[in-house]
Amino acid sequence: MSLFKDFSNGLIKENPVLRLVLGTCPTLAVTTAVFNGIGMGLAATAVLIGSNLIISLIKKLVPNEVRIPIYVVVIASFVTVVQMLIKAYAPDLDKSLGIFIPLIVVNCIILARAESFAAKNPPMNSIMDGIGMGLGFTLALVIISAFREVLGAGTFFGMQLFGAGFKPALIMILPPGGFLIFGLTIAAVNKLTARKKA
Amino acid sequence: MNLLLILLSVVLVNNFVLSRFLGICPFLGVSKKVETAVGMSIAVTFVMALASVFSWLVQEFVLVPLKIEFMQTIAFILVIAALVQFVEMVIKKTSPTLYQALGVYLPLITTNCAVLGVAILNIQNNFNLIETLVNGIGGGLSFTLAIVLFAGVRERLETAPIPKALEGFPIAMIAASLFAIAFLGFTGLGQ
Repeated sequence: MSLFKDFSNGLIKENPVLRLVLGTCPTLAVTTAVFNGIGMGLAATAVLIGSNLIISLIKKLVPNEVRIPIYVVVIASFVTVVQMLIKAYAPDLDKSLGIFIPLIVVNCIILARAESFAAKNPPMNSIMDGIGMGLGFTLALVIISAFREVLGAGTFFGMQLFGAGFKPALIMILPPGGFLIFGLTIAAVNKLTARKKA
Repeated sequence: MNLLLILLSVVLVNNFVLSRFLGICPFLGVSKKVETAVGMSIAVTFVMALASVFSWLVQEFVLVPLKIEFMQTIAFILVIAALVQFVEMVIKKTSPTLYQALGVYLPLITTNCAVLGVAILNIQNNFNLIETLVNGIGGGLSFTLAIVLFAGVRERLETAPIPKALEGFPIAMIAASLFAIAFLGFTGLGQ
């Protein structure tokens, strides 16, 4: 039961992007299309699961003073593996995510989970936490990128949604649209949770 | 001329924060006051310039000769982490006043994705050492420009009447969006 709680925690209650506001750089940069959002989300999930597991396993061996550099090396190793897999099997995704794949290393979500969860909990729970947080990240990316892709390009997952007369608001897939939609999404989440509490 | 073009492009046209989305965390985290924003951006510019040069040297003289370019990500993040630690120690020894001003920001810089980003972009663009240095400094300046201007706006937002749900982070994002629209105006400059 507690395993399930660790898993579901990251999905909604402590959604890393929408509630904790972590990992904003990749969130803004890759959400121009749903495909990119899912790709980024799953790549980060894979890294999170791996790094959470390893860090949870080695937590007793790591001296406290040098733990951050060690965590960063563990994370960077997984990122390198994921980067090579994407290059080999999904070259399109590699092209559209570009520099943001190696930058998963400095995605604050991953280091934050390592430090605040994996370093204190047993391996199984850490894996569940990694899956939950990763999917929560993916979910947020999909929501934001769906808005941006539909409004900015008139497509969803590459499919044409509207007739030829539809003029997409190009600004939504440009940087300003990213900031705007992200801000409004967080505002909507705030509004909904405030109502639930009241 | 070429160097000027790199500088212009990185500061205005492809502004790191507003059009490349690098370094958003510190951009939002420490932009509540102009004073702290200035402190952070000096530290970032300094580390970015150094990180650019050192990561370029590591790439050219270690990774490429040994044919282990795939280790780039790990090598660069270690270079940056070591560099930040080193800079912190040097500043602490040589200038306690500067250390007090920058102290809290220095450790944060390791996880600033703009620093790792600029290091990787230098290699991707096949820059030589001089171009790398210019790009590094330019990256720092572009971060400075964005965060200091933005801090000025946020100081005003503090006192403005804002709907409850938009308070804090959401309104900052919307302000950043307007900023990004302004920076879109530089598109095509210097081509």
